[in-house]
Amino acid sequence: MAGDMKKLIIDYVKKEYLDEDSDQEVTESTPLISSGIVDSFSMVSLKAFLEKKFQIKIPDERATPETFDSVNNIINLLKEFVKEI
Amino acid sequence: MSNIGSYDDRYKSFDWGISDAELEFGKNGMFNIGHYCTDRICEKGMADKTALIWQGFSGEIKVFTYNDIRVYSNTFAKFLSDTGIKAGDRVCIFMDKIPELYISFLGILKLGAIAQPLFSAFGEEALITRLDDAKTRAIFTTRKHISKIRRIRTRLPELKRIVVVDAENKPLEADEIAFSMAKALKIEKFEIHKAGPEVPSVLHYTSGTTGKPKGALHVHSSITAQYITTKWVLDVRPDDIYWCTADPGWVTGTSYGIIGPWANGITQCVLDMGFNVEKWYAFIEKHKVSVWYSAPTAIRLLMKEGITAVKKHNTSSLRHLVSVGEPLNAEAVIWSEKAFGLAFHDSYWQTETGAIVITNFPGMKIKPGSMGKAFPGIVATVVDPKTYEPIKTAGTVGLIALKPGWPSMFRDYWNNRETYEGKFKNGWYICGDRSSIDSEGYFWFVGRDDDVINTAGHLVGPFEIESALLEHKAVAESAAVGKPDQINMEVVKAFVALKPGFEPSGDLELDIMNFIRKKLSPLAMPQEIEFVPSLPKTRSGKIMRRLLRAKEWGEEIGDISTLEND
Repeated sequence: MAGDMKKLIIDYVKKEYLDEDSDQEVTESTPLISSGIVDSFSMVSLKAFLEKKFQIKIPDERATPETFDSVNNIINLLKEFVKEI
Repeated sequence: MSNIGSYDDRYKSFDWGISDAELEFGKNGMFNIGHYCTDRICEKGMADKTALIWQGFSGEIKVFTYNDIRVYSNTFAKFLSDTGIKAGDRVCIFMDKIPELYISFLGILKLGAIAQPLFSAFGEEALITRLDDAKTRAIFTTRKHISKIRRIRTRLPELKRIVVVDAENKPLEADEIAFSMAKALKIEKFEIHKAGPEVPSVLHYTSGTTGKPKGALHVHSSITAQYITTKWVLDVRPDDIYWCTADPGWVTGTSYGIIGPWANGITQCVLDMGFNVEKWYAFIEKHKVSVWYSAPTAIRLLMKEGITAVKKHNTSSLRHLVSVGEPLNAEAVIWSEKAFGLAFHDSYWQTETGAIVITNFPGMKIKPGSMGKAFPGIVATVVDPKTYEPIKTAGTVGLIALKPGWPSMFRDYWNNRETYEGKFKNGWYICGDRSSIDSEGYFWFVGRDDDVINTAGHLVGPFEIESALLEHKAVAESAAVGKPDQINMEVVKAFVALKPGFEPSGDLELDIMNFIRKKLSPLAMPQEIEFVPSLPKTRSGKIMRRLLRAKEWGEEIGDISTLEND
């Protein structure tokens, strides 16, 4: 389940936040916010995607540049809200 | 003792000639900003002093002396000249905060061309609007951002040179040029364009309520205001390590991220990464930052992580903190005193003013939540919104107005003289912000006087967002307004009426958000979309944005006599 989730988020990040011909690699540990792949404003759309996909509500105070800074961090955050990971 | 000393004495006796004299502005007929930020500092015996410490997000560090930035900016200028770019041509810089951004900016100015920095997160539509309006002749960019340029290339016939500064051995398209600052033949001597102080230097685009973004045009003499405000407001001293967190895609990043600090001959550092609390504090500790110029949004994000996060690092090098972008709330000032033992000093200015005009000065009593007082040499007041006469009664809200004539005042909106002239009323430049002045002369910000959205210190025009929204297949009509936000002051909210055949859904909301983010920029992306059956309009069919905004802010709706369906 966690593996599927990682792939889902990585694919979404690549599709939505990287240019189509970008050669940048994204793994579960790639910095997202601090590297500038996803800026703090765009984080809102990534949060909206996660909430919609997993039918959850992530409180704004938990959605920080740190908790969204890598797919691994995001998975750890999601564990608080999604039962079956 | 601070550089400014006694504010009252300075205000009474100030003359811009003080700055001109310190800079030796105009000596030997030289007025070029590029000269004053590099060659002049070297001539003063500081060629080997560090001008720039740059750190990338992965921790990589590059250091440049004043002689380095002198030679490299010469190299950029010579390269541009060799490719046929001339004085007066607009040259865009479209890249992240890498050293080439800072140094090419000065190279463009040395040639006498006009630097047009654009925020690297801009999407294609935002780029087209600004490059087409300026009839930009050349653009410096990187591989990371070249795709956006390629996709709009055919719509920009005036764009003659596309220069990729990190091409290395990667293939480029036919009309693109690779240029490596580090590998190019270094140009020791370049004949800097000697033009008068009124020669255009920088073109920064800013948003208004209506119409397309406007290019605020500045001239080389702006440096006299940027130099002295950096010295007196940011209080920089020879041994300081200065950090301005702004991106040079916006005016703070050029006025106080390039011109001000380097005209003062100080060492500045740049962190090229997204926001990260831990890494920001580590950066301050590592480079012993002493003067820090940041933004309320960043400060509020730091507050969110608490004082414990601060205490993990040694931030004792900090000596002076200043903030800009949107009003700094009193809580943030009080918090910074607890966290760093220093209060953030709020400063107020805008793209059009080119330099700080109202601020809290070092050594002055800070009233948390106040913008401070007018800079010496700036005549500032609040005027009645109907008569444009100065308001004499303390505490009464009016429009912030400045007496024209300070050196860094914009000289025009590019291709838009009529709008430029419309900014001046009754002998005052009207800033477009509302404020009151208390009995001690402190300004207290109230809000914008128009529909422009100030999000994280950046102005976003509702018209540009609404125009882009209409290009989405599902959108019939829309209105964009600012809604309150604890961190960013305002964020964009869009009201959308859908075309027949489309139904509101979470998928559609996300799709529209991403559509705007890619087309314009992350800043312009609505953080919330409310689907409505129709939008409130006047009887003449104009969308009543004011009414929607008032609802978001819990304000009085005001006069709705012209509402179509009232």
